[in-house]
Amino acid sequence: MKLDPAIRDQVLGTVPSLRAFAISLCGNIDRADDLVQETLLRALAHIDSFEPGTNMPAWLFTILRNLFRSEYRKRRREVEDADGRYAETLKSHPEQTGRVEFEEFSAALAKLPSDQREALILVGASGFSYDDAAAICGCAVGTIKSRVNRARTRLADLLAIDSVDDFGPDRATRAVLAGGGRN
Amino acid sequence: MGERAKDDAMKHRKANLEPLEPDADKPENQDSMSRPAATPHKPEARLGREVQARIGQQLRAMYNDVVNQGVPEHLANLVRRLSDQDQN
Repeated sequence: MKLDPAIRDQVLGTVPSLRAFAISLCGNIDRADDLVQETLLRALAHIDSFEPGTNMPAWLFTILRNLFRSEYRKRRREVEDADGRYAETLKSHPEQTGRVEFEEFSAALAKLPSDQREALILVGASGFSYDDAAAICGCAVGTIKSRVNRARTRLADLLAIDSVDDFGPDRATRAVLAGGGRN
Repeated sequence: MGERAKDDAMKHRKANLEPLEPDADKPENQDSMSRPAATPHKPEARLGREVQARIGQQLRAMYNDVVNQGVPEHLANLVRRLSDQDQN
């Protein structure tokens, strides 16, 4: 029996955000794509354990994270060298932010402890609920909340954002950005 | 409101791009009521929200830059190939 096309499409539909999450974990796009590929192989080999109607992205993110933790931990030293590599992995910086600002931000993000960065990405970028993020990371909801809060505080310190003026005057652009972009 | 009055109101609305009636039924304090009472409107708290909004925005911009690259062909082919195999 072939895989239900609806399930296949859910898997395919999650690949873009899986890659974004993988890059945030690995700091390297080639390694991230290897990790996504391993995740897809693993997931499709065990697709019977996915319960249709439940959260496909959360299921795939959990597999990816577990693979990363178990197989990639041994390369930890390299990964922790990844200061600012997120920026290098991108063909172009997001148009919404200035180049310098973007590089500063990605460098600051790379300086966060990995558990905090992971929690922040899951909640703040992937759009998972605290409950889903906790399930993905295999920890308590309170732990995720605490990691996200510490990550935000640390980022604000690293970026030395201490004045609203640092953000520049373009309130209209910010309002537009704040209105969209969550997946 | 009679048909005639309604028509006039519609014309008026079109000309001025104004709503027919003000949103009088929305309580003005709805938003602040739904916020937790513990959130003070101090300047520092406001600044904190601005900073956090900015961080969230940059985070999503960075993340979505990758998301918008879509599905690389080799990964799409992998999923299709494995999906067409017999499942156990």
